[in-house]
Amino acid sequence: MVDFTELKEFIETQLPDSRVKISDLTGTRDHLGILVISDAFKDKMLIDQHQMIMDILKERLKSEIHAVQLKTLTVEKAKAQGLWE
Amino acid sequence: MSDNNQNPFNILGSDKVPQQGGQAVTEENTSGDINQRIEALISSADIFLFMKGQPEMPQCGFSANVVAILNRLQKNYKTFDVLSDWDIREAVKVYSNWPTFPQLYYKGKLVGGNDIITEMYESGDLESTLA
Repeated sequence: MVDFTELKEFIETQLPDSRVKISDLTGTRDHLGILVISDAFKDKMLIDQHQMIMDILKERLKSEIHAVQLKTLTVEKAKAQGLWE
Repeated sequence: MSDNNQNPFNILGSDKVPQQGGQAVTEENTSGDINQRIEALISSADIFLFMKGQPEMPQCGFSANVVAILNRLQKNYKTFDVLSDWDIREAVKVYSNWPTFPQLYYKGKLVGGNDIITEMYESGDLESTLA
């Protein structure tokens, strides 16, 4: 079981100037959809963007989180997709 | 499928996309350093896929999805079945700092797993990356 608020704040602390949204993919709170919006992703390949987040989650993936589906966006792309509120 | 018209080989009107596709490889020499073994595999083709199962019979839905995408793009690629070798399977995760399979490499560099490959395929970035 993952505390979504705590995890959101954890990622936002590790990656300054990011906005994180976490969703529950299975209703069991251990398969998570994680959306991260940050300009730290600018000019980086998708694999490198995902790796930045996977590095942050590394230890927690070994314990309470079983699977994540990541989506990473720059602010500009998030706005274009209507995901920047 | 809707892209038959874009298939230049579809001259007979067959709905089958020609199987260019993947070729599963095995190692000739399994005695060396594990990272050298991994690099030998990855460098055996421009497009290399560590997957579960073989391209003709994937053992995991995510591997099947990436195989389907590569076949759709009519790419030639080589694959290695990580279910066949536990040492390679664990060492690749460390080598790439990426915890799951499949893993697609282009010219020696990790492009991504299923999520990334699917997203890049849908945006058109995959075709230009693998060009």
